[in-house]
Amino acid sequence: MSSKISRENFIRSIADLLRKAEIELPDDVVSALRKAETAEESQVAKSQLQAILMNIELAKRHGVPMCQDTGIMIFFVEIGTEFQPGFDLETAIGEAVILATAEVPLRPNAVDPLTRKNSLDNTGVGIPDIHWKFVPGNQLKITAAPKGAGSENMSSLRMFNPTETGNIKNFVLETVMNAGGMPCPPLTIGIGIGGSFDAAARLAKEALLEPLDTPMEGLEKEIFEAVNALGIGCMGLGGSTTALAVHVKTAHCHTASLPVAVNIQCWANRHASVVFKGEE
Amino acid sequence: MEHHLQTPLKKEDIEKLNAGDIVYISGEILTARDEAHARILDMEKEGKKLPFSLEGAAVYHCGPLMQKTENGWNVVSAGPTTSGRMSKMTPSLLKAHAVRAIIGKGGMKDVADSLKNKCVYLAYTGGCAALAAELIKEVKAVYWLDLGMPEAVWVLRVEEFGPLIVGIDAKGKDIFAEVREKAQKRLENQK
Repeated sequence: MSSKISRENFIRSIADLLRKAEIELPDDVVSALRKAETAEESQVAKSQLQAILMNIELAKRHGVPMCQDTGIMIFFVEIGTEFQPGFDLETAIGEAVILATAEVPLRPNAVDPLTRKNSLDNTGVGIPDIHWKFVPGNQLKITAAPKGAGSENMSSLRMFNPTETGNIKNFVLETVMNAGGMPCPPLTIGIGIGGSFDAAARLAKEALLEPLDTPMEGLEKEIFEAVNALGIGCMGLGGSTTALAVHVKTAHCHTASLPVAVNIQCWANRHASVVFKGEE
Repeated sequence: MEHHLQTPLKKEDIEKLNAGDIVYISGEILTARDEAHARILDMEKEGKKLPFSLEGAAVYHCGPLMQKTENGWNVVSAGPTTSGRMSKMTPSLLKAHAVRAIIGKGGMKDVADSLKNKCVYLAYTGGCAALAAELIKEVKAVYWLDLGMPEAVWVLRVEEFGPLIVGIDAKGKDIFAEVREKAQKRLENQK
């Protein structure tokens, strides 16, 4: 059994997927921004939200990336246990990134962390960053989520003592407070609680992919309301919407640990998915 | 209040602006981010003349994505970058040159004093690169391409570039600082 798709067609599809992610925001994100604009009472914040909505419209109309920071390339791959691609997915995704960088075009953002030398094609050691997950079935789902640096730089991780669950909310609030207008609010806030040092960060990043209209519960709702009560507002100029949504993902952790990761996402919560079906 | 300004900017143009006002700029703006700021200051120290004029200039914190065409350059996207990174270099820049407006995103900590009676900080909506590209009508010139595309100084002709919010006015009023202070108080009350 092998997949129906050839390596060439796969690379084409993934390059197109990246183009889509860079140019068009998911509907749930656009409608959350529209809602924020309607509800906003500060005229300054309203003007900023209107500029964002106009920018989204123009990017789509002209087929250009919505933001000049076209991000670092991150992919989430869910591969069915029965799905056999018949070629190496990792190198094929890398080639798709190089293709999209030249075609769309995307800003070359990937550099060596110490020499700061730019690879000029958005690939490099560990980049694209691919998160693999096995799921039941005979299909392959790939999500492209290019991430900008302005918001990623404002993210935070802390290893709490196990008795400090009550401090999680304040940690998130302080993270948002220190970030101010720099990560381009209104934000999506992904919180990973538990797991290990690195697993918490992965959970936080996955939480950013949750549809924004997913109802928030318990701690999510509590943090969401507290963040918006700060009044930082769109672009840090003051206003009622600092966050569009707060989503929490948890995992069991060591009895002696409490890792908490906060991944900050700017208004441009870019991501797009494609599904390949395996042969019957 | 809404203002429509033309570059080069005069002192009188910016003195009438109040924090929170909306501004649209037409004329020429120059991009400069980390590396360009560093080079401008180095040249000042060495007593060298800049290849472009900053007299009455509007400096835009922006690392654009450009595409080379047959006749020059095409702006693909050109939104603002985080101004906070340029905070430390800005007082020296303003001491050496009569820059009248700084355009960027996220605000700048501890520069309100250096801006007083000289210059304003204008906030442009972060991430709005497609909108910015639409309002940039022409790439007039590029300097220091050796610094790389995002770090070079691009001279751009713009029409009604905005909406820009006066984030810090020339009288020392800083919206970002006020929002931060209020948020800090609210945070303390929530604890």
